[in-house]
Amino acid sequence: MAKPTNDAQLLIQSLRKAYAATPTNLKIIDLYVVYAVATALIQVGYMAIVGSFPFNSFLSGVLSCVGTAVLAVCLRIQVNKDNKEFKDLPPERAFADFILCNLVLHLVIMNFLG
Amino acid sequence: MQARCARLKTIRLLGDPVDDYEFEADADQDDSSDVEEFYDDDEDGIPCFYDDVVEHILAVYNEYFGGMDDDDIRSGGDPKEFSLISGERRFKSTLHFQIKGSIWSSEPWTIPMAKPLVLHLLLLLICGSALLSSGSVIHPISDAHRSAATELFVPAADGSFGSLEETFEALRAFQILGVDRTGAKFEGTCKTVSEKLSSPTSTTKDLYHALKITGILGCRTESIEFDGITSRLQAAVKDASSLLELYYSLGGLLSVKEQGKDVILSDADGTFQAIKALSQSDGRWRYDKDSTGSSTFAAGIALEALASVVSLAGSDIDQSKIAVVRKDITKLFDRIKRYGDGTLYFDEKNVDPDQYKGPLATSASITSGVTAFAAVSSEKLNIGGEKILGLAKFFLSIGIPGTAKDFFYQINSLASLENNRISIPLVLSLPATVLSLTSKDQLKVEVTTVFGSRAPPLAVSLLKVLTPDSKEVTSFEKKELEYDPENRIHFLDLSPLKIDVGKYSLIFKVSVNDPEGSDIYATGDQIIVTAFFTGFIKVDKAEIAVSDSDATSESVQKLDLSKDSLISLSANHLQKMRLSLQLTTPLGHSFKPHQMVVKLRHESKVEHLFVPETSSRQYKLVLNFLGLVEKFYYLSGRYEIELAVGDAVMENSFLRSIGSIELDLPEAPEKAAKPPAQPVDPLSRFGPKEEISHIFRAPEKRPPQELSLGFMGLTLLPLLAFLIGLLRIGVNFKGFPTSAVPAMFATLFHGGIGAVLLLYVLFWLKLDLFTTLKALGFLGVFLLFVGHRTLSYLASTSVKQKTA
Repeated sequence: MAKPTNDAQLLIQSLRKAYAATPTNLKIIDLYVVYAVATALIQVGYMAIVGSFPFNSFLSGVLSCVGTAVLAVCLRIQVNKDNKEFKDLPPERAFADFILCNLVLHLVIMNFLG
Repeated sequence: MQARCARLKTIRLLGDPVDDYEFEADADQDDSSDVEEFYDDDEDGIPCFYDDVVEHILAVYNEYFGGMDDDDIRSGGDPKEFSLISGERRFKSTLHFQIKGSIWSSEPWTIPMAKPLVLHLLLLLICGSALLSSGSVIHPISDAHRSAATELFVPAADGSFGSLEETFEALRAFQILGVDRTGAKFEGTCKTVSEKLSSPTSTTKDLYHALKITGILGCRTESIEFDGITSRLQAAVKDASSLLELYYSLGGLLSVKEQGKDVILSDADGTFQAIKALSQSDGRWRYDKDSTGSSTFAAGIALEALASVVSLAGSDIDQSKIAVVRKDITKLFDRIKRYGDGTLYFDEKNVDPDQYKGPLATSASITSGVTAFAAVSSEKLNIGGEKILGLAKFFLSIGIPGTAKDFFYQINSLASLENNRISIPLVLSLPATVLSLTSKDQLKVEVTTVFGSRAPPLAVSLLKVLTPDSKEVTSFEKKELEYDPENRIHFLDLSPLKIDVGKYSLIFKVSVNDPEGSDIYATGDQIIVTAFFTGFIKVDKAEIAVSDSDATSESVQKLDLSKDSLISLSANHLQKMRLSLQLTTPLGHSFKPHQMVVKLRHESKVEHLFVPETSSRQYKLVLNFLGLVEKFYYLSGRYEIELAVGDAVMENSFLRSIGSIELDLPEAPEKAAKPPAQPVDPLSRFGPKEEISHIFRAPEKRPPQELSLGFMGLTLLPLLAFLIGLLRIGVNFKGFPTSAVPAMFATLFHGGIGAVLLLYVLFWLKLDLFTTLKALGFLGVFLLFVGHRTLSYLASTSVKQKTA
């Protein structure tokens, strides 16, 4: 029926418009998250094909993507001006935390990569 | 050389563990203690029997008091004197050392209480034994000695045997035994020796040995400067301060004289006096004026030196002085020690451990000294022939010594005894001590000098024959042995004597025909020799039977043990088996063998041994299977029966398989003992095992390389998509600080992050964690600083923007 698709299309369009209103830095972070998750999915697909022989490598690869995505989400929460909870937190501080946590994560990941 | 150490057969503690010990020692297991058993194998001055004793004492004391080890025992000068060094120990002990046939005992001793001291275990000498110990077998020197000499004294390539002293000893031994001393090798010896003689740095000892060697080898003496040597030796005699110096210089001068040169000893009286001055009242001598201890070994050396003085001086010496020395010799011989069988020897007491030389060396020294002195003394020395014979027996009883030094001592002493002026010992020896009654052996006896040379005409009589428990065989009367001049043997036919098989002590007496001969020759009083008379033992009336337990019916089978027939029986556990036989000696008496054993062996190799009992004339073994069921481990089946009968005097000792018996035993209950495990073929258990080949884990299958590379490319795609998406969003660098310093910090910040990521890549590629962490530390600190500056600058600019 045309109506449900219309509804879906209307829904998507309204979402798009709302999304377009988000500030640029948040969009950058969202894009980064999508990138990380996509990389993780490709790695899982590869493992599905060839088997999980160096399991540590697989884990480290996937967890690095997932970890960095999680950290980016945390950054987004903290930087978002509409979030009342983190009103007093300067965004630079959040960014510094993000960088630091990423570096630590990647050190561990590199060690585990083998 | 066969080991001569008496190993302790038993050590028994009588009474309190720290008090009485009783030891028995019997090395060659012949149930008698022989002279050999007191020998010292490792020449540490202590008869090796004592090593065992000491070890045992240590073990027992350690058990009770702990903390003692080998260093805590030291031997004193007297080999029978041991010292225990310990801390404060408090105990009292009486030690008995008993050797079968003779008795050693010790005095009771207490330890001084609070002083860590050297404790002495004093052992008295063997008392004259009340028990008659059977004589040791003595043989005169024979060809066996000659071949042993060539084996022991092996010259090096240049003809020397080690040091000059050792060379002298070897050559002297060869000379006495008649071993060949010619040959190119010894030319070299002559040369070395003459070099030594002409060298001004040789000591008097070297000169002495060199001169002696020259004499023995018959070296050419034209090149040797005898005058120079003589004057050196004479100066040494004058300046000598010790006994050994005097001995060597006087011996050297005597050797020069024997080689034909003229030697004058100035002040012979003074020299004689100098040597005599070192003597002690008990007959021993000191080594020099300053030493306090005297030794018997030194006495021998001194006597030889005195004899050299007298030979060199001729009639210049005062005869009364010689008489005094004769008295000294008599006193010296009071110190002689004896074994139970008449063997005499000299030994040292109360001498430093490093000065202690052992009974062989001491006796050898005294023998050489006394015989040398007797040769120059006009009157006969007052030593009985019995003492000389005892010494000769001591040297001969060593047999063939194991070391070169011992060999020299023995041979040299026997050579001096062979022709001495006191009395020449004659030894009685039996070429065969095992005589067979079956082959009608004759008892043969040889009487010769110690070197096996001809003895004067004499008569040998067999006085008594004693059984092992010292009872006399009454049917035997004193008999004189006949003489066979061709083989120089005295013999006696045994068959008319009607002596049964067994081990006997034969007592001989030797008397020289010439009445004056008893002065010149020493034959000893009673000579005791152990002999075995063997014979064929008849085995009679051998029967084996199986009967019921109530002894009603018996199925008897006669055994003929001379044939190889095997019988077979069968029995169950309610029956009994009886084996009986009689043993008779050739003379018809019943015989008790040393060993009679019946062995039953099961198919599974489990064995059981039984000893038949003796009653009147019969040996009987009754096996009541009812009582033996447990002992047999309830194993039913076929048991092989073997009978072993053996004895030293039985010529037909046998181990024979009689047959087999089928035993039917009841089933084993659950708790019955299992039969003992039989020995396993050692190779199967201890031999090499199969080789294990390690199988390595098969490597995992890896995907083809193209696939992996493809997916790597695929992974990079999202990155591209990210960058494109960033551009589409409209990313810009407006926020990048423009002014210099903050810009620099910002660049550094980004650079720092990049550096850290690069470090991670390096870490993955080749670095290890520690280097990475170190570098990360530095970078991290840098990054913190830079980042803080940058971000705070950015924060301040954004605040300014907000407020503005």
